[in-house]
Amino acid sequence: MRIGYYPGCSLTSSAREYDESVRAVCEVLDLTLVEIPDWNCCGASSAHVASEELALSLRARNLALAEAAGLDEILAPCAACFSRLASASVELADNPQKCQAVSEVVGMPYSGGVKVLNMLAVLERFKDEIAAKTDQSFRHKVACYYGCLLVRPTKVAQFDRVEDPQSMDQIMAAAGAKPVRWSSKTECCGTGLSTITRTELVANLSGRIVADAAKREAVAIVTACPMCQTNLDMRRPEINQKLQEEHRIPVLYVTQALGLAMGIDPQRLGLHRNMVPVELPEPEPEVVTTDDDDED
Amino acid sequence: MSSISHHDRQTTSLANKIQEVTGVALQNCYQCGKCAAGCPVAGDMEMPSCQVLRLLQYESPDYDRRVLESESIWLCLSCDTCHSRCPQTINTPKVMYFLREEAVRQGLAHPKSKDAQAFHKAFLGSVARHGRLHEIGMLMNYKVRTGHLFQDMTLGSKLYQKGKLELLPHGVKDKAAVKKLFKRTTGNKE
Repeated sequence: MRIGYYPGCSLTSSAREYDESVRAVCEVLDLTLVEIPDWNCCGASSAHVASEELALSLRARNLALAEAAGLDEILAPCAACFSRLASASVELADNPQKCQAVSEVVGMPYSGGVKVLNMLAVLERFKDEIAAKTDQSFRHKVACYYGCLLVRPTKVAQFDRVEDPQSMDQIMAAAGAKPVRWSSKTECCGTGLSTITRTELVANLSGRIVADAAKREAVAIVTACPMCQTNLDMRRPEINQKLQEEHRIPVLYVTQALGLAMGIDPQRLGLHRNMVPVELPEPEPEVVTTDDDDED
Repeated sequence: MSSISHHDRQTTSLANKIQEVTGVALQNCYQCGKCAAGCPVAGDMEMPSCQVLRLLQYESPDYDRRVLESESIWLCLSCDTCHSRCPQTINTPKVMYFLREEAVRQGLAHPKSKDAQAFHKAFLGSVARHGRLHEIGMLMNYKVRTGHLFQDMTLGSKLYQKGKLELLPHGVKDKAAVKKLFKRTTGNKE
């Protein structure tokens, strides 16, 4: 199976381990990633400060390039890129007039047919394969953290339950993990403020999430967003200072966690690039159930 | 606080402009406060989202100005929690974005917004030049613009050791296409 691939800027540098682990896991799942030729930045949260038209055009050029390459579905692992590209895809779908106008700006035709998928939506399709490719020994308590952009705005994301999403929990459970129930799944880590301009507020918001995951005795936070990962992982010294506690819980990309469960070499998953060292304890004991037992 | 009479209302009120530009009708807000209840930064704002909307509903020049000068509009994370929970589906983050732009246009933007504005300029400058974001280049530009030269210096070297920073930009091949796109949509302001 093949799918279009939009890595986005952060996956080429500060979130390189996400790109590395996405590629490694997709290889195991026999999913061929076809990178969109000459893709450009999605504009993130900055483009529309200059102009709405600029924001739409930057996103639309990527969709037009995908269409020209014969790709009708593209995977954008970065939750922010996914949100931006999906908003353009939704805005342009079934709107020939807008497509025409944006095609002229971009200098390429676009008919409005490219669908944008986030990492979890793609992995969801492979739940059976994930279960088959793992030996179910990754029995770790994990806190599946979705953040904002995978589920909100609902019209753009069109994905999962907005208040208590389940997809990542199910994906991780398929790999043998034990997702904890917790209430910070979709709390904001503070990225909208930019982790650079308002570090103290980011530490406060991200700190609540880290503390909640630790309280639920999770051994790792699992995420599908480079912004969330950066705030919870790279800003850990500021978080710990704010909380006056020493939290060492690592923050893994969902593909890093799956990769570990699949037995992929940690080096290939970029685990050495995480700022908080990834050291998982012994997995939870295996629960042997017989047919008579009612599983919880 | 002065009392507001109908005579103070302006046809060019912010509420009117917001409806025109964003399509959001502020009169639909009936002040249930659910937006502020779920807002992760409500506690850091001098007035939370529901109060911003309430002030705008008066359509008074004084209140409009108070909103534009506030820091609150710059603290919005665009996390969309308010919007997804609003019983009237009012797109508050969209309103906040508009208010920021309007505050900058009118020269009323809160002093603490300067860093955020510098960040967006540095970000877009990088994308206009390379077609993709070059993180180090953008950060250097941001530091020069804001004077925060030594912020995160040790973090930067750690990231570099982890192979998380690219020294040289890896831009798009078709730079002319991206430049043209910028020119057509912004008049090459960036």
